[in-house]
Amino acid sequence: MGKIRFDVHRCKGCGLCVIFCPQKNLRMSAELNEHGHPYAQENEPGHCNGCGLCFRMCPDAAIEVDQHRRKTQTQE
Amino acid sequence: MTTLKRSTILKDQVTHYCPGCGHGIAHRLVAEVIEELDIREKVIGTAPVGCAVLLYNYIDCDIIECAHGRPPAVATGIKRVRPDNIVFTYQGDGDLAAIGTAETIHAANRGENITVIFINNAIYGMTGGQMAPTTMLGMASTTTPEGRGKHGEGPPLKVCELLSSLQAVSYLERVAVSTPKDVLSAKRAIKKAFQKQIDGKGFSLVEVLSMCPTDWKVSPEKAVAFVNDEMKKVFPLGVYKDAK
Repeated sequence: MGKIRFDVHRCKGCGLCVIFCPQKNLRMSAELNEHGHPYAQENEPGHCNGCGLCFRMCPDAAIEVDQHRRKTQTQE
Repeated sequence: MTTLKRSTILKDQVTHYCPGCGHGIAHRLVAEVIEELDIREKVIGTAPVGCAVLLYNYIDCDIIECAHGRPPAVATGIKRVRPDNIVFTYQGDGDLAAIGTAETIHAANRGENITVIFINNAIYGMTGGQMAPTTMLGMASTTTPEGRGKHGEGPPLKVCELLSSLQAVSYLERVAVSTPKDVLSAKRAIKKAFQKQIDGKGFSLVEVLSMCPTDWKVSPEKAVAFVNDEMKKVFPLGVYKDAK
């Protein structure tokens, strides 16, 4: 599981994160940020699997992802 | 829990690049590599003329802005005077493969112990989409509206293939930033290129195939597809030289 945070101020709305999200959990906002760009947001908060592909593709370093490791049986 | 977050080597400034431009990804990778190799206090960058001219506004290390095409010559001077510093150039295709061809080839031929990050987006970005030496055959630009012709303008210049014949070059790899997998490979290549310099092996260059949605006049999504479907055919990815 993961948690994703967007820096709305930095986002330019290119949508590369939306294209590459394997969960199809990202979309562009209908509203615009202070620079006049739509910005990335989650379709449903809590559905991020923490893969970090959006972070890798973001040209504007506007995304942070917390990657929670699933506990393995031995850890439990 | 691990957190993927912006490198501390990247300044807090929003870049001037267009939405979907590959420069932002390449900047981030260079910053991440500098951070991971812990060379922040030793690294000196040389910036080109072109879209990346404001590199010093985004990467938080010592950076010199060079005359157009001259970063390899300036980097040569810095490295020879300060051999303990890690010196890299960051150049686009107009800077490295057009006006700076002589500097690039001779720095490579001398085996200067510097690292070159070469962004190839097959077009002149900053000046508004004119044909670059790396523009592909048939690809339209403002100076080749009917597409680049084989007999008029000639086929594209392939920098990695060109430099791979030079004996003193230590490392050449062509990567892309058009898929997450390519971005990870690009980071590994950039790290290896810096490591070659740290180990004193000589000239290293990483060519990064990058998107330019604005001057290609397509959406960022189609720009990514263009790199994957068209550019990779003309500019095959891979290691072109890795001297021991």
